[in-house]
Amino acid sequence: MEDGRMRVKCNFSGDQKFLENGRCVSKLESMGFRVGQGLIERFTKDTPRFKDELDVMKFICKDFWTSVFKKQIDNLRTNHQGIYVLQDNKFRLLTHLSAGKQYLEHAPKFLAFTCGLVRGALSNLGVKSIVTAEVSVMPACKFQVMIQKM
Amino acid sequence: MAVCIAVIAKENYPLYIRSVPTQGELKFHYTVHTSLDVVEEKISGVGKALADQRELYLGLLYPTEDYKVYGYVTNSKVKFVIVVDSSNTSLRDNEIRSMFRKLHNSFTDVMCNPFYNPGDPIQSKGHQTAQTHLPGNF
Repeated sequence: MEDGRMRVKCNFSGDQKFLENGRCVSKLESMGFRVGQGLIERFTKDTPRFKDELDVMKFICKDFWTSVFKKQIDNLRTNHQGIYVLQDNKFRLLTHLSAGKQYLEHAPKFLAFTCGLVRGALSNLGVKSIVTAEVSVMPACKFQVMIQKM
Repeated sequence: MAVCIAVIAKENYPLYIRSVPTQGELKFHYTVHTSLDVVEEKISGVGKALADQRELYLGLLYPTEDYKVYGYVTNSKVKFVIVVDSSNTSLRDNEIRSMFRKLHNSFTDVMCNPFYNPGDPIQSKGHQTAQTHLPGNF
């Protein structure tokens, strides 16, 4: 009887943990969003106005990334239809984790804030988007930006 | 002397309007609102040289018989409008530019305040005091 009750308790807390994790990740993302908005206001104070979307993405990859992470995005790809992939081969928030498969599943927690950062930055520049990130090989990661047409 | 300063969000509603209290405030609200059309026209820049388009300071938007209206747009599409008394001819372009610079600086500070939600009316005391110290203001 006691065993049964304990087992039920464990399952319940497993689900809770999963929910908590999801809530934390989205909370981190929304914090990143607000910070991104403020950062962009500061960084674009003296820059001339942007010509188009690609100009905005290039700014994010070069100046914005340099100001935040002290390096530029290594590779920017686009399908010219509103999807951009930003690849950082040595993402600063992942370099301190060991390169290998061990912590691959924990990597999204470190990327959530940065996804929000990019989404907030773009939103303040007038570009509505959804930003996701994936890690296949530590410490390289890819941020996928999907522009939403309003 | 600036008689009215306005900060307008990118959705074209005012975040902050402050005018000299002796004059009718409604008149300034109206002036600022009509100046938005001119701002939009300048930003879209149909048929203008690329160099013009990339500047943040928009210059004199339009003169009325009593006032001159100047505009400035940030990269986040927030517009600043300053209305100046026409009788004050000593206010040069450089001074207007520096007023806009200071306005932009205090707006950036408000934006970076974690307790401020973008899109809310600006009620920061720091922002208000920064405006009173603008040259030739209030």
